[in-house]
Amino acid sequence: MELFTNQVLAGIATGAIYACMALAVVMIYQAIDHLNFAQGEMAMFATFISWQLMQWGVPYWAAFVITLAFAFVGGIAIERILFKPLAKAPILTNVAGFIALFAIINSSAGLIWDFTIKQYPTPFGSSPFLGSQLISTHQAGMIGVTLLLLVGLFFFFQYTRIGLAMRAAASLPESARLVGINTSWMIALGWGMASAIGAIAGMLIAPVVFLEPNMMGGVLIYGFAAAVLGGLSSPFGAVVGGFLVGIFENLAGTYIPGVGNELKLPIALALIISVLVVKPAGLFGRHIVKRV
Amino acid sequence: MSAAEEVVAEGHEAVEAVPKRAMTLSTTTSLVVLAVLLIVPLFAKNFIIFQLTMLLIYGLAVLALNILTGGSGQFSLGQSAFYAVGAYVTAVLMEQFNVNYALTLPVAGVICFGFGFLFGQPALRLSGVYLALATFALATAMPQLLKLNFLEHWTGGVQGLVVTKPDAPFGLPMGQDMWLYYFTLVVTLAIYIFSVNLLRSRSGRAFMAIRDNEIAASSMGVNVALYKTLAFGVSAGITGVAGGLSAIAVQFVAPDSYTITLAISLFLGMVVGGVGWLPGSFVGAAFIIFVPNMAESISKGLSGAVFGVLLFLVIFLVPHGARQVAIVSQQLIGKLKKN
Repeated sequence: MELFTNQVLAGIATGAIYACMALAVVMIYQAIDHLNFAQGEMAMFATFISWQLMQWGVPYWAAFVITLAFAFVGGIAIERILFKPLAKAPILTNVAGFIALFAIINSSAGLIWDFTIKQYPTPFGSSPFLGSQLISTHQAGMIGVTLLLLVGLFFFFQYTRIGLAMRAAASLPESARLVGINTSWMIALGWGMASAIGAIAGMLIAPVVFLEPNMMGGVLIYGFAAAVLGGLSSPFGAVVGGFLVGIFENLAGTYIPGVGNELKLPIALALIISVLVVKPAGLFGRHIVKRV
Repeated sequence: MSAAEEVVAEGHEAVEAVPKRAMTLSTTTSLVVLAVLLIVPLFAKNFIIFQLTMLLIYGLAVLALNILTGGSGQFSLGQSAFYAVGAYVTAVLMEQFNVNYALTLPVAGVICFGFGFLFGQPALRLSGVYLALATFALATAMPQLLKLNFLEHWTGGVQGLVVTKPDAPFGLPMGQDMWLYYFTLVVTLAIYIFSVNLLRSRSGRAFMAIRDNEIAASSMGVNVALYKTLAFGVSAGITGVAGGLSAIAVQFVAPDSYTITLAISLFLGMVVGGVGWLPGSFVGAAFIIFVPNMAESISKGLSGAVFGVLLFLVIFLVPHGARQVAIVSQQLIGKLKKN
């Protein structure tokens, strides 16, 4: 039993990483109705910027804030320059665009900062949390930040004018335009926010997985899985999904014989798919009813 | 129709409706292309012949994805898994059971058809991004499954298998590469004609009806579940044959040749060639074979970025892929004829 609780705890700790990424994924999905395959690379690039700032002597929190601003503006710029012209193109063309963006960011980061693994500082320290060997203070801090982000997003979407406008633009663009909402800029804003949330995720993940251009590959896959499991229309679902995927992955690695590190990912994904087969809109997603 | 309904109707169309007439080339153009494909190898070096063979093979795999996505509107990031199964079936049959290479291809096709048909069953419940995730999971799992210990006796584990290249039969005076090229060309041609006819048939119309509107299709009496899984099966079968051919051409199979990167390449090939336009598959295949090499030669350190920029250029200039180019040039020719 103790093994079980320990594994669940460790799962929650890794799940916090996925939850963070899943939040960013849901954010962009709400705005543009696609999964952004380049999201992880955008987060990785932002994390490198903060690392570079710290190398130049900027203190952690200042670098954090500057990076957030950079990620926000960068996200909006990418939308305005690259994806706004593609808005009318077929969806699959857009997906190809994401893959192109992925290749560009990954390769540029490799050229600027090379592919060696770098240490990344944590503001929370890495001593054991409340005497438990399984969760460090950094991981506890990560869980805290994720939950804080979630609450912040909830209030933003429920109680601010601009949050309401964004929701309107996402659900019924035509009618939103009729009541005077600039839907095109709402999409750009969604990109900016998703990019900033991704940057936060990147900066929290980097101390765990270390900083390098390919650091987000695995994390993004789990982030997608978490977002899909929780339901792509619900930020709350994304966070729950993130923790669940973390726990699944750890339990599968412990209890199913013959599952090494290599088979963890396929098994976690298989489990998620079985959930989806039963509940196709995810655990907390809204079921979209379509008219003929 | 109110504004709200309109949005729902246009917002969730994943794949454009392509009329089936617009899915192929005219007879004259097809014959010209075929003649070029027949003649070129006679004047080319062995390496170029090998690349042309790979172009046909990747073209087949893209064509298979095109039938699934452009035909029935289902999306797959798992084509690399079917490709891997096809390649392994051929390699294992040839090397462990000494079966003739030409006979392994139908076996690979049939096994992959079954695999795809079965995989299509749970996939029935999923659509859009959810289906993308499920097929993606299949693609990431495949290299790991091929490495499993109890299969190692046949598959050779992480090391993979070496496949011997067949000689030209009946004492024909041509090299191995050239013989394999013509062999691949014949297989490709057969599958291409099969695909064109499939999409023109009753089943093809059912695929397209499902793609354009599933609910309407089912109320017209189309067995949605059957045709969706059938599309998966056919697509997987063709991909399996392509995989088998690639095992013979590359002379080597190993689990890590069939990662998600391959599935993404095939997807890009489909988009560049034009979703739902079968001849475009081969244009897309050319893109995914030659453009990365081109990017590499422009800048070694930034090859990924160069590839990305080239891809962006293509989708900015022709968001509908090679199909758009074909349609525009057709119109131009029509105008010139009138003058």
